[in-house]
Amino acid sequence: MPPVAAVEIVDLVKAYGEHRAVDGLSLRLERGCVLALLGPNGAGKTTTIEICEGFRRLDSGTVRVLGLDPVRDAARLKPRVGVMLQDGVGGYTAARAVELLRLFAAYAAQPLDPDQLLEAVGLAAASNTPVKRLSGGQQQRLSLALALVARPELVFLDEPTAGMDPQSRRATWQLIRRLKQDGVSIVLTTHFLDEAEELADSVVVVDAGRVVAQGTPAELTRTGAEGQIRFRARSGLRLDLLRAALPDGADVVEQDAGHYLVLGEVDPQLLATVTAWCAGQGVLAEDLAVERRSLEDVFLELTGRELRT
Amino acid sequence: MSEPGFRAAPGAAPKQRMLAAQAGMEFRLLLRNGEQVGLTLVIPLLLLVFFNLPLLYSLADLGVQRRIDFVVPSILALAVMSASFTGLAIGTGFERKYGVLKRLGGTALPRSVLIAGKTVAVLLVEIVQVALIALAGAALAWHPHGDPVVVLLLVILGTAAFGTLGLLLAGTMRAEITLAAANLIWLVLLLGGGVAIPLAKFPRAVADVLQFLPSAALADGLRGVLTFSAGVPWRDLLTLLVWAGVAMPAAARWFRWQ
Repeated sequence: MPPVAAVEIVDLVKAYGEHRAVDGLSLRLERGCVLALLGPNGAGKTTTIEICEGFRRLDSGTVRVLGLDPVRDAARLKPRVGVMLQDGVGGYTAARAVELLRLFAAYAAQPLDPDQLLEAVGLAAASNTPVKRLSGGQQQRLSLALALVARPELVFLDEPTAGMDPQSRRATWQLIRRLKQDGVSIVLTTHFLDEAEELADSVVVVDAGRVVAQGTPAELTRTGAEGQIRFRARSGLRLDLLRAALPDGADVVEQDAGHYLVLGEVDPQLLATVTAWCAGQGVLAEDLAVERRSLEDVFLELTGRELRT
Repeated sequence: MSEPGFRAAPGAAPKQRMLAAQAGMEFRLLLRNGEQVGLTLVIPLLLLVFFNLPLLYSLADLGVQRRIDFVVPSILALAVMSASFTGLAIGTGFERKYGVLKRLGGTALPRSVLIAGKTVAVLLVEIVQVALIALAGAALAWHPHGDPVVVLLLVILGTAAFGTLGLLLAGTMRAEITLAAANLIWLVLLLGGGVAIPLAKFPRAVADVLQFLPSAALADGLRGVLTFSAGVPWRDLLTLLVWAGVAMPAAARWFRWQ
């Protein structure tokens, strides 16, 4: 018998009225691994995670968390799972930070030491501050501590670093790595691509409630084009002319006004073609850079570049 | 900086420990909330002094010799209503609105222990209320009569009836509506529900209906025992029991946690 997965979702569907927020989503997280659900706002990430947490009921499909049903087996499951909700702490806002953490510790058989945990998330100095007076980033860190204090074997972190300054983000990443080292299974949602790339063993890219790509960060960035060349020049270059000059399989787009991206097998010939063409047009290509494909490019290709309303 | 190990050690605490922590937190937060303190502790004391003044009505025709002996049990009924109905409803309504109840649903805390914690916190507030009202009453030369066990029974059943009604309101309405309704109902019951103004001052036909309000049953029961040394007020106890018996399954059925 294969070991029970931390999370296993098969053909999950959840609709709100006519709108299918989650539309046939499947994924699997092995024990001790980190899975990042990556997608634009409204992709169905939070709905998926809240079904796993037992807050919402699914319409069809199956969801197993540590081999259990999140609704039917809730009483057995909750002590084993840590939850970090999106948007604020969601606890008693008049309580002091340390009081709230102690309360959550009292729900657990063998909790972590609340004072040590506050120190680990960088809130030792704010431990007597009422929750409502904490900054957005501090509330996020308290929320993370609340998810961890009961020493769960699986945690769901819904946008764990939203609203954090860069230092807090780095510190939170470090904490999540330590969780993984200690064998905790982790599902996190994010729309920060660097976060997924930094932390996740597997990335599941979702859009409009469906999985549009999944794999390790390396696999996702390897598929398709091998790399790209970026450069900056005046906007409105005749890209049809450049395209004609490029070798087969290569393409060029103007991402934003004056920002160009050449996609294709990056070799000396391609680079020479681009610079020669610019020279021929009397165009100075600035900030020219040869890059491997980033997860961000994969993400934008998969989910579209236009802003959504 | 000490590094906590995150190696998993899951498991729920014993329920008594959860209950003690939950009730302690809820009680402390109630005492820290200015509006709650005003509603449950300050206003009843002010009304105790106010209604003890022979202003609105005379009590001589009711066979009450000493006004304070009538006013104290009335204010006790009001205090129970303030803590277990209005205070609980408003607090719970906003906890629902701000996602506290949802967040607690993501922990090992069972809902039954959450409700029990709220109940214990309300009972603790009521102990403080009774102590303060009794002290203020004593300062105004109040002499209690009757059987304290019956008083305790009335307070417990009154708390059960008003508490479940409060939770029903908080769990089904938006927090802002709960806030307005819980305060309005409190005021209406204070004046027209047999608490501050005895039902004997109302037309007979109206009083016959109003006596089955939970406020009237609680206040009438407490006054019967504490003022007139009456026996067990079976009708009042039964009235409160029926209210609790109707509100409890309704709250269990319709209460929305998020």
